[in-house]
Amino acid sequence: MKHLLSAGDLDRDEALAILDTATQMHAIQTREVKKLPPLRGRTIVNLFFEDSTRTRSSFEIAGKWLSADVINVSAKGSSVSKGESLRDTVLTVAAMGVDALVVRHHASGAVQQLAGWVDCHVVNAGDGTHEHPTQALLDAYTLRSRLGDLADRHVVIVGDVTHSRVARSNVLLLNTLGARVTLVAPPTLMPSGVASWPCTTSWDLDATLSGKEHGDVDAVMMLRVQRERMSGGYFPTEREYAIGYGLSPRRLDLLAEHAPVLHPGPMNRGLEISSAAADGLRSMVLDQVQAGVAVRMAVLYRLLSGAADSSTGSEVTV
Amino acid sequence: MSIVIKGAAPLGGAPVDVLVDGGVIAEVGTNLSGDQTIDGTGLVLLPGFVDLHTHLREPGREDAETIATGSAAAALGGFTAVHAMANTNPVADTAEIVEQVARLGAAAGLVDVRPVGAVSHGLAGETLAEIGNMARSAAAVRVFSDDGTCVHDARLMRRALEYVKPFDAVIAQHAQDPRLADHSACAHEGPVSGRLGLPGWPAVAEESIIARDVMLAEHTGSRLHICHVSTGGSVEVIRWAKSRGIDVTAEVTPHHLLLTVDLITGYDPVYKVNPPLRPAADVEALRAGLADGTIDAVATDHAPHASHDKDHAFGEAAFGMLGLETALGVVAEAMVNTGLLDWAGVADRMSVRPAVIGRVAGHGRPIAAGQPANLTLIDPSGSLLVDPAAQASLSRNTPFAGHTLPTRVVATLLRGRPTVLDSGLAEAVSA
Repeated sequence: MKHLLSAGDLDRDEALAILDTATQMHAIQTREVKKLPPLRGRTIVNLFFEDSTRTRSSFEIAGKWLSADVINVSAKGSSVSKGESLRDTVLTVAAMGVDALVVRHHASGAVQQLAGWVDCHVVNAGDGTHEHPTQALLDAYTLRSRLGDLADRHVVIVGDVTHSRVARSNVLLLNTLGARVTLVAPPTLMPSGVASWPCTTSWDLDATLSGKEHGDVDAVMMLRVQRERMSGGYFPTEREYAIGYGLSPRRLDLLAEHAPVLHPGPMNRGLEISSAAADGLRSMVLDQVQAGVAVRMAVLYRLLSGAADSSTGSEVTV
Repeated sequence: MSIVIKGAAPLGGAPVDVLVDGGVIAEVGTNLSGDQTIDGTGLVLLPGFVDLHTHLREPGREDAETIATGSAAAALGGFTAVHAMANTNPVADTAEIVEQVARLGAAAGLVDVRPVGAVSHGLAGETLAEIGNMARSAAAVRVFSDDGTCVHDARLMRRALEYVKPFDAVIAQHAQDPRLADHSACAHEGPVSGRLGLPGWPAVAEESIIARDVMLAEHTGSRLHICHVSTGGSVEVIRWAKSRGIDVTAEVTPHHLLLTVDLITGYDPVYKVNPPLRPAADVEALRAGLADGTIDAVATDHAPHASHDKDHAFGEAAFGMLGLETALGVVAEAMVNTGLLDWAGVADRMSVRPAVIGRVAGHGRPIAAGQPANLTLIDPSGSLLVDPAAQASLSRNTPFAGHTLPTRVVATLLRGRPTVLDSGLAEAVSA
């Protein structure tokens, strides 16, 4: 595996290999000395065209714990407005002698495009409203830690699916891992052509969570409602959205005992998620953050150490 | 100096000799001779193509194209007249600018460059541009368009349709409701845009404007032309309007006759164009509409862009693709090889009707004695391997790079003077 651009790039074996490697990586997070040597002498650039605190920090820690040199480059703002083409920006950074680029871009497809221009490894850290494969991996990791094997598990993803790279990557990866996915959103926030996706859909959160529409639910993942969508006329008011699609205390009670609640953050408390849901025993929000570092360590390790090319032999030499 | 084209088939009919002298066709017959001979054996002779829709980028973006290089690309593509859209910098919204464009076209001397005037001042969609002054100028503008943006205000569109009537001019509408497809919309709204996470450009944003405008054209009794029709729904609305007697005409681009939305899945901005590439069902409907005459003309929407305006993320790259040098090949593949049009049909859609719509005198005329000698000689069994670096255009943004297209333009004559011979420019051109 040269790049990680889409969750759809991963077959079941490769996805499981990353998740298994992440389990090993996770173990060192509890140690006093959190440093492994495998990427010593390797250079990773976090090239972020869009602000991100948590994803960037997560990749930075992941790289550093594997002993790579990690440099953060902020290229915020449209390269068009700066008068430099995306191609020039990327080739300039890559020419410095980079082993891997971790790229976040506000435009869909930008990371796939630039992967074709450079020789180094490229990891998609979120492109526009398209994909965010490491988020899907950390979500799968988190779900597995609670539910075990995800085969035939039913995961419900709720919110602004149209503009969500998290949802797109999760549908692809969960499907690869054998889980069933139901997307829940008002019609205005359901993407065009969703009927062709490998999942079921619903406009009714209560009917879905109670299992009436698509069967018993094993986990629920709430998506963040972006501020700009609120003024975009996709739904009348925040109040109405919260009533229709928020994970309220009442809706929590519709879930089976074992079902966890996930959210990629940052959360809009009171809008898509109530504090009862965010802070309750089902909530795995902080587990997700912790899993993020382990999963990104696993991805960087497998891309840069060549482990991904040699079957699934992913034993980490510590 | 006289030229005889020996043994070519006018409109694909029986081979004849055509003698050209003094800028006109002097004689059509057999065993004719002239000072210069062009061997037309096995070739088809057509009236020179007329393009209702190009962007020649001058004034303003001479790094992407000039009127001279765009004219060369046009001649190589078999065109003898092209309309140059108004979205230049400065905008072609005064007599001075359109006269300059016409002057530069005449200086290049490869095709008749017909400036299109802006409908609204600065293409801002608020107040009428000086339409009368442009129509009465030396450039004698007959086509007005805000192409690139839609005249979306219904009242302004109504006024424009009414106002051009004394000049026998036409309003060419870029149909795109900006509330349904704003500036960020860059991919046909459907399964592909949904999967790729690209802002959708729904078919209804085009169709609803066309539906409104044909009713406005009926109300005002004016002439309306629809630019680059891209959906099956649009074809149906136009077919209905024509059946009702509304004076509406329409064009389709070569690329919308051949390429589909599936090509954008790799996010290559060379496939980013406005209106966007549509699904195969729309391509089929456009072909059928062009074949039955609902769509009157093929127009290239030739849109050169410097590479630094294309080397961006898909959503941020410039809209548009080259068209002049590949138009015939694409039409041959989509319409002729499929049996939908014969060569007479190609002549009608690429020359006769666009000349009538644009009121371009002396073009799109029959191949007969006494007619202006604006002619294109093509090899129907030839082919064109598209090499962006070898094209005359200053830009490289062709979606057909590396493809082999059927047919080949062999020669182009503008008022009896060869602009293209042996598939190359008759004389060198400098940008």
